[in-house]
Amino acid sequence: MKNLLTALVLLLAVFSIQAQELPSTTLKTLEGKQIDIKDAVSKEGPTVISFWATWCKPCIKELTAFTDYAVDLEDDFGAKVLAVSIDDTRNSARVAPLVQGQGWDYTVLLDENQDLKRNLGIVNVPFTIVLNKEGEIVWKHSGYSPGDEETLAEVVEEVAAGKTPSH
Amino acid sequence: MTKLSLSLLALLVATSLVAQSQETFGGQLHGNFQLDGQLYLRDEGIDPSGEFYPDERFLGQGYANFVYTQGNFSGGLRYENYQNVMLGFPEGYRGEGITYRYLQFKQDNLDITVGSFYEQFGSGMVFRSYEERGLGYDNAMDGVRVKANPAKGLYLKGVLGRQRFYFEKSPGIVRGIDAEYNLTEFMPTLDSLGYRWTIGASYLSKYQRGNDPFLVLPENVATAGVRTQFTKGPWALQAEYAYKANDPSADNGYIYKDGNGFIVNLTYSKNGLGLIAGAKRIDNMSFRSDRNGSTIDMLINYLSPTTQVHTYALPALYQYATQINGEEGIQLEANYKIKRKTKLGGKYGTLISANYSVVQSIHKSFVDPSNDTLRVLQGYNSDVFERGDIPYFHDFNVKVSRKVNKRFKYTASYLNLFYNRSVLEDGLGDEAIQNNPENQKLLSADVFVFEGLYKLKSKHYLRSEVQHLGTKDDRGSMAMMLLEYSIAPHWFFSVQDIYNYGNPDVDQRLHYPLASVIYTAGTSRFQMSYGRQQRGIFCVGGVCRVVPPSNGVSFSLTTSF
Repeated sequence: MKNLLTALVLLLAVFSIQAQELPSTTLKTLEGKQIDIKDAVSKEGPTVISFWATWCKPCIKELTAFTDYAVDLEDDFGAKVLAVSIDDTRNSARVAPLVQGQGWDYTVLLDENQDLKRNLGIVNVPFTIVLNKEGEIVWKHSGYSPGDEETLAEVVEEVAAGKTPSH
Repeated sequence: MTKLSLSLLALLVATSLVAQSQETFGGQLHGNFQLDGQLYLRDEGIDPSGEFYPDERFLGQGYANFVYTQGNFSGGLRYENYQNVMLGFPEGYRGEGITYRYLQFKQDNLDITVGSFYEQFGSGMVFRSYEERGLGYDNAMDGVRVKANPAKGLYLKGVLGRQRFYFEKSPGIVRGIDAEYNLTEFMPTLDSLGYRWTIGASYLSKYQRGNDPFLVLPENVATAGVRTQFTKGPWALQAEYAYKANDPSADNGYIYKDGNGFIVNLTYSKNGLGLIAGAKRIDNMSFRSDRNGSTIDMLINYLSPTTQVHTYALPALYQYATQINGEEGIQLEANYKIKRKTKLGGKYGTLISANYSVVQSIHKSFVDPSNDTLRVLQGYNSDVFERGDIPYFHDFNVKVSRKVNKRFKYTASYLNLFYNRSVLEDGLGDEAIQNNPENQKLLSADVFVFEGLYKLKSKHYLRSEVQHLGTKDDRGSMAMMLLEYSIAPHWFFSVQDIYNYGNPDVDQRLHYPLASVIYTAGTSRFQMSYGRQQRGIFCVGGVCRVVPPSNGVSFSLTTSF
């Protein structure tokens, strides 16, 4: 029994140490072109993937609050921010005008059938993940409350410096 | 036992070593878990007769998803558990079991899924299977899906299967094909000129046995749709048309009329300006894999609403839901960011948005009931160019958001709402209303919302909302106050009170206080709330469910890995 427990603990440990990657999943650009998420991430620096929707108020707050940080992180560390909208096809027509109206500068991708959301086991938006430049998932966060953008910026800086995120 | 455990251990150690050195070996496991529960308290204020008070006192439900991907292979399953289903969720969710499982692999431009899957064709007017767990909506397909990319820019999909109906399957079979052609990928000239052009077409048929003693029911019912998306610079045009063959159903009163739907959207996005103009008309487009289905059960297609979704608590009490038997409407929306460091825009810029949407019935001239045969066949005639005369909904709103300084941000909104309660709450048909227009229950309301966000110090924020809904109709006017204190990244506290001071029934002029605390750690989140919940309509997308009033302690745990 004790051995079995040890085996179980080890099994969990295996899953936790193992670097997680993005599962290959097809998304759409705003122009209607299909693209694999793995080809959209940055190879030079960390990538932030923020899952959002036009009807999700905290998501819009998070992305708006993060705009100022994103500019600096991009310039200083070659970071890239992907805003992945999980809006369905009807609402996806509203995505581009909303992005412009908010003055966001992010690369926006559409996950209309929510395939990536499902493949990553995401329950609700907003949901944020950070990848290092090797493409490994190093940080995940669910939900948004004001101030989270500060934590996210710190995490991206740490990842860019090759450190393990402290939060 | 020891031997087995030891060999397991050895295997695991080996796997972990390999996994670390070679990521492709181990594959990726992702998943999530959610558990909700509520302890209900008897509250005579909101529920004098006790009709909404559950026998169980405590209700809880949850699920877990697991998705494993390794290279071109993936597989997953979901376990669901309802002990018993919580108030406001469809009653069909009782019990527990594995409701979703699939295997998928990709090879030679083919993508094959067997088991459960979610898929959609175009905007979903012909076919969309999807889930909205928070709403209890799930019409997952169980069968086979094949996706192929036989030529550059050409994407094909084929589906075959039955839909989920709680812990069972729909009686009807669904089979469909879809083709999408990205002309830009095919013709590089288009691309170099800056055009992006996609066209698509779909065809779907359902089969359900018909053994009605009186009606000769069509057992095979087909729908077809065409669509296009065209973009050039800041402009984008999307249009879709769908046709459905005659399909007598509980929704349309078993008439043999065919159905059709049309949606068009034109958008412009450039330099901080976003504009949307949309129009749609649907006529008799209810389509289910069981002709006797109702509410949110076994819908094959998805007729998206063309109204804005409101998330502030008071306007969200009167949300619009698509009327699948017929509606027409337009939506206009503008978003603009006034540049920073301008006189109007202030130091940080200012966001302004305005939205107008209106939905009404389509024109219907009902066949005289005395002419019985024709009545059963056609039901009504509709003239596309004539306007319907029953107003369903309208919403005009403006919103201004501005960051005043480093510590303070605000959003001020005004909304004018019109909501036809007879149609949207009671589900009355057009004919009943046309015969008796003065008995309609309508609601007009003016709503003001002011939201402020104050940064107290690094990672400490206070958010407040003041809302007022002014109306003489339904439950009368309400005022609301909310305060939230968040300490990033872990803690979140919130208190709110809605005061229904204008209720025409003096005994129902109640307060609805609610307090919550949320703790977040990475991807895990624990929420606990205590207080009163108003009767309301909870909507996601175009689908809504009625939530009865309740009082009690609720909790929710979600996590994902």
